[in-house]
Amino acid sequence: MLKGMTRLVSRVHKLDPGRFLHSGTQAPQCLVAHLDNQVPTESPRAISRTLENDPAKHGEQHVGQHYNISIQELKTVFPHGLPPRFVMQVKTFNEACLMVRKPALELLHYLKNTNFAHPAVRYVLYGEKGTGKTLSLCHIIHFCAKQDWLILHIPDAHLWVKNCRDLLQSTYNKQRFDQPLEASVWLKNFKTANERFLSQIKVQDKYVWNKRESTEKGSPLAEVVEQGIMRVRNATDAVGIVLKELKRQSSLGIFRLLVAVDGVNALWGRTTLKREDKSLIAPEELALIYNLRKMVKNDWQGGAIVLTVSQTGSLFKPRKAYLPQELLGKEGFDTLDPFIPILVSNYNPKEFEACIQYYLENSWLQHEKEEGKKELLFLSNRNPGLLERLCAYL
Amino acid sequence: MRSTCQILRLKHSPAVTTKKNVAALRRESYTVDFIKKQIEEFNIGKRHLANMMGEDPETFTQEDIDRAITYLFPSGLFEKRARPIMKHPEEIFPKQRAIQWGEDGRPFHFLFYTGKQSYYSLMHEAYGKVLHVEERQDQLRAKGLFSEKPKTKDPIGSRWLIKEELEEMLVEKLSDQDYAQFIRLLERLSALPCDAAEEEFVGRFRRTVTVQSKKHLIEPLQYDEQGMAFSTGRGKRKTANAEAVVHGHGSGKIEINGVDYLLYFPVTQDREQLMFPFHFLDRLGKHDVTCTVSGGGRSSQAGAIRLAVARALCSFITEDEVEWMRQAGLLTTDPRVRERKKPGQEGARRKFTWKKR
Repeated sequence: MLKGMTRLVSRVHKLDPGRFLHSGTQAPQCLVAHLDNQVPTESPRAISRTLENDPAKHGEQHVGQHYNISIQELKTVFPHGLPPRFVMQVKTFNEACLMVRKPALELLHYLKNTNFAHPAVRYVLYGEKGTGKTLSLCHIIHFCAKQDWLILHIPDAHLWVKNCRDLLQSTYNKQRFDQPLEASVWLKNFKTANERFLSQIKVQDKYVWNKRESTEKGSPLAEVVEQGIMRVRNATDAVGIVLKELKRQSSLGIFRLLVAVDGVNALWGRTTLKREDKSLIAPEELALIYNLRKMVKNDWQGGAIVLTVSQTGSLFKPRKAYLPQELLGKEGFDTLDPFIPILVSNYNPKEFEACIQYYLENSWLQHEKEEGKKELLFLSNRNPGLLERLCAYL
Repeated sequence: MRSTCQILRLKHSPAVTTKKNVAALRRESYTVDFIKKQIEEFNIGKRHLANMMGEDPETFTQEDIDRAITYLFPSGLFEKRARPIMKHPEEIFPKQRAIQWGEDGRPFHFLFYTGKQSYYSLMHEAYGKVLHVEERQDQLRAKGLFSEKPKTKDPIGSRWLIKEELEEMLVEKLSDQDYAQFIRLLERLSALPCDAAEEEFVGRFRRTVTVQSKKHLIEPLQYDEQGMAFSTGRGKRKTANAEAVVHGHGSGKIEINGVDYLLYFPVTQDREQLMFPFHFLDRLGKHDVTCTVSGGGRSSQAGAIRLAVARALCSFITEDEVEWMRQAGLLTTDPRVRERKKPGQEGARRKFTWKKR
């Protein structure tokens, strides 16, 4: 074990965290290329990094390895959507590394072979708490962004059904409710993620906002988004328009659309929002949820729908529920049927080793000891979320 | 029946006086006749009890009496000494000294005026024996038949009397220095080569000590259909009961009531409790556990499973490791239970808020 430690110490000295930020793929070359070359001799120690930073080229051989995403890409592709603990980790380590895992690879394979003439296929990532559904979704989004798809990413649908301070009666439809704050925040992030598309896509209808403002037919989508961001009262309607236009136009083939929703079981669950007379609001009565439901139906072509069901933010669901049937409820399951379920499970031994190696390389774990590893294995039972939380305390 | 009731009633009646008298705090002295009468009544009561239980009065031992009393007077009191007992009056009434002087006022014992007559007479006797043994040794050496016999004494298994026990035996108060002096003298005597009489004398002042861990029975390993070894254990903590089946040659999986332990115990502290026996024996990823648990709360269920797992693991390990586990406290049932709430107080210990007026 001592020789392991001395080797690690020399490795840590060679690593300079600042270098990752600026030179992206080149910095770890001296070290990681060394590791990659030594694949046959270093078999007892799992390799935790790979130089392959393009998700399109990830394959079976990269399972368990971390690949780097540069900080600029992070800002453009993921203005929202990364789990908060991961964001903290990125800030601490000064680099964003995602692990390549089997469920994500499977999904990538399906996405690469999609037939865009057929209706959009729905994929549902499900699994127990902390197994990595959200990060797998982020991996897929990164792939699609690299492939120049239009990303429609709702980071957490649960945020839209609870804790809303201001609910307005919708201007478009009197029965529904608006959520100006959430809608405007989402529009801002959507704009950051898909700047280049917004000027290309043209609106196909005329939309009148109020007596003075309206959007003409043929104007770019960016105007609608701007309107939503500036006039917060109309933000929800702006979101609805964006969704409608994107759905209509993706079938034409100008661009490919990826709809990624995290926590899709919120769309069919219950809400904790109440009207002024303290009566509960059903999810359909929220304009955002109503439009999103239309988006998730597979009556359009030219893209894919990737969804995640999670119990973590859900309302009124038991802690141990993780299957889509339990979390979506009957209504949701019938609406989403047929879909392709993909199970995300805990790490296998190789991935666990790789994760520990990654933490060691970043000096997050100070000492490498066999007993310590066994303890971590036992306490977390190879659950990624739990392992991360445990390592934070050690 | 009446006499047994009498004995019990007499045992329980304290010396109650209405006025607070210092004289009442003095130890009650029982006369010899009184004690004799109590013994008679006890024997008669013993025969009655044997009759009641349908056993033979001639062969009715003290254990039978205890069993009969626990059957006839079941008590839920936690303090064992507060439960009803029926024992020989010698054990109940404290030993008293008979009057030490005759009618003329002259004491019987020659050491009466030392104050601690029995203690000094004992020391005198012991020292006399020491001198006797040394004299015998000198004689043997003079004759040339002296042989250095190594003294074999069992180091563990017996201990000297403690001061309280000696005081009880001599019916006299002793000081610590007296006690230390006495023990030193006995050690000196036992170090010399003694014959049977002296050994018996020394033996009167030694008590046996039972080795704790030998009480614990280790079940042998059982083997299931595939030939894999497994072992069961039970554990309790507060109101939780757990039964665990530990398989050898596993991969560290633990299943509780059909659910994985990660889902059953989301709190890290509970999982650490489960980890303790394995981590202690350095067998973290080597066993599979299947267990059922019911009752109690989250923490007590974890403690109950820990005890059950530790007991089951005893079959897989050596005797030394069992002893280490026992010393680590892994094999003892935690006796702490919820204390009852008392009237006049808000909780078990918490009193009501004190108001000055």
